[in-house]
Amino acid sequence: MYKKLLMGLLLSTTLAGCSMFGGDEQDTDGSMSGMHDGASTSGMMDGSNYTGHPLDNPASPLSTKVIYFAFDSSAVEPQYEAVLAAHGAYLAANAGVSIIVEGHADERGTREYNIALSERRAKTVQNLLSLQGASSNQTEVVAMGEEKPAAAGHDESAWHLNRRVELIYPAR
Amino acid sequence: MKTTIKLVLMCMLMYASAAWSEALKIEITQGVSSAQPIAIVPFSSTQVVTGVAVDVAQTISDDLMRSGRFKSLSRFDMLDKPFTAAQVNFRNWQALGQDNLVIGEITEQANGMLEVQFQLFDVYKGEQLMGFSLPANKTGLRGAAHRISDLIYEKLTGQKGAFSTRMAYVTSTKNLNGKHEYKIQVADADGYGAKTIVTSSEPLMSPAWSPRGDKISYVSFEAGRSSIYTQTLRTGAREKLQSFKGINGAPAWSPDGSQMALTLSKDGSADIYVYNVISRSFRRLTYSYAIDTEPNWSPDGRAIIFTSDRGGKPQIYRIAASGGQATRVTYEGDYNARASYSPDGKNIVMVHRVNGQYRVATLELKTGFVSILSDGQLDESPSYAPNGSMILYSTNDSFKSILAAVSSDGKVRQKLRLQGGEVREPAWSPFK
Repeated sequence: MYKKLLMGLLLSTTLAGCSMFGGDEQDTDGSMSGMHDGASTSGMMDGSNYTGHPLDNPASPLSTKVIYFAFDSSAVEPQYEAVLAAHGAYLAANAGVSIIVEGHADERGTREYNIALSERRAKTVQNLLSLQGASSNQTEVVAMGEEKPAAAGHDESAWHLNRRVELIYPAR
Repeated sequence: MKTTIKLVLMCMLMYASAAWSEALKIEITQGVSSAQPIAIVPFSSTQVVTGVAVDVAQTISDDLMRSGRFKSLSRFDMLDKPFTAAQVNFRNWQALGQDNLVIGEITEQANGMLEVQFQLFDVYKGEQLMGFSLPANKTGLRGAAHRISDLIYEKLTGQKGAFSTRMAYVTSTKNLNGKHEYKIQVADADGYGAKTIVTSSEPLMSPAWSPRGDKISYVSFEAGRSSIYTQTLRTGAREKLQSFKGINGAPAWSPDGSQMALTLSKDGSADIYVYNVISRSFRRLTYSYAIDTEPNWSPDGRAIIFTSDRGGKPQIYRIAASGGQATRVTYEGDYNARASYSPDGKNIVMVHRVNGQYRVATLELKTGFVSILSDGQLDESPSYAPNGSMILYSTNDSFKSILAAVSSDGKVRQKLRLQGGEVREPAWSPFK
């Protein structure tokens, strides 16, 4: 049931994807600022001025390759749905590209449980990518638990950076 | 062909040789007032024994003090220092309020071996309770001291001593290039003689002793994803267990050493499997869509407890080792994980969350009574001593992971620090 809900959300955000990155919604959702900041970037959305690799285009949701999670949760938060939709579509369009979907957890809780929790997060992401047409052999889940924190601290400011799934593309 | 074998052997030796590292420094942070007073007189040598740098009496004294059951008399307070029974004046020791007295002597044999004699006395009755002579080589004197501690402890408490045991743990340090270096080390129970058994630039975790104490299984990410290895301590040779897609984790040996419980996610979510060491086959034990992990065997080998969030939050469940329906064991609190049985099978120790803090707690299986034993915020990986007297765990101290020990009644506490790095996931060895 939860999956159906996510799928629905995902479809609606995909359709709304362009306007979502036009800049309007950023004002209402501060957490979008990590992806790109302000109206100045909205003119780049068609990519006409951008000559680099599409995965590196700072104006594209494809440039976001880390998805963050709430404590003890493996649910993808709404602001990442467009990101995953873009990556799923990219993989679907580039059948030769395969990625590692690497799950992580913060340090709280036991280590082996956190391995499993990080795998559950990575699998949720993997499922959303395949809903966009990424084939199952294009995504490999690796569960790292709390073993490779992105931030070294022992408080929420570090923990929220550590509860993450990284989409790791082959070196370009 | 021969050269290949030689090379492989050399590699294995290099792998196993590994540098001796800094000892863990143990500091007793809480003792008990009811500890028994005991005097351990410096062991004497009637001849000069060269090449021996171990203070046997001090090692015994430190062992007994660490147990929390004994209070050892300072050498400066001793009125005399006898090393034969004829020299003992019991009234001196009575005057100092001592219950028991230990004296000893080290002699060198013609073949270069040492002989360590010791005697334990009841000071008030003025009689010998025990007397033994142990052979030791010069590098094994510390081991002889631990065996003497075991004998004294058992004689005076009725419980088998665990001073001759070891611990395995994971360290994480940054090398000069700022790169992480992960190690699994094995040290004596008093923190001495730490030896690295494996080093990797990728995480190592979950060290687990074989029941005979000759092997350690662990999880390594050296291939970029998790695999389970089993390493023979004596040779350093190791074997990789067949690896599957997804999680390969949480190894736990059965008490008879014929099977290993582990976590695999090859069939979907994390589930418990049992690997048969003899037939080299895997058997699936749990079938939930939730996370099932962190298996641990009951001392009789009939049951396996594990962590599962099938009810929404992580709790401890129990299942027959032969399979069947799992039953829930923990009800108090919304986070109970990584449980293991006490050696007598009457209690389990686990990580228990209370007010957002992760604590080490025991649960008495008969009554369900939960006792919180630790006082940190991120305490984890509790491991019973093989005699059940103490529990080792990891805790955060000044934002660094260190080891700590607490007596199973919660009365005695110690911290074990490693200089210049993090130390975690302690696993106490079985008896030798």
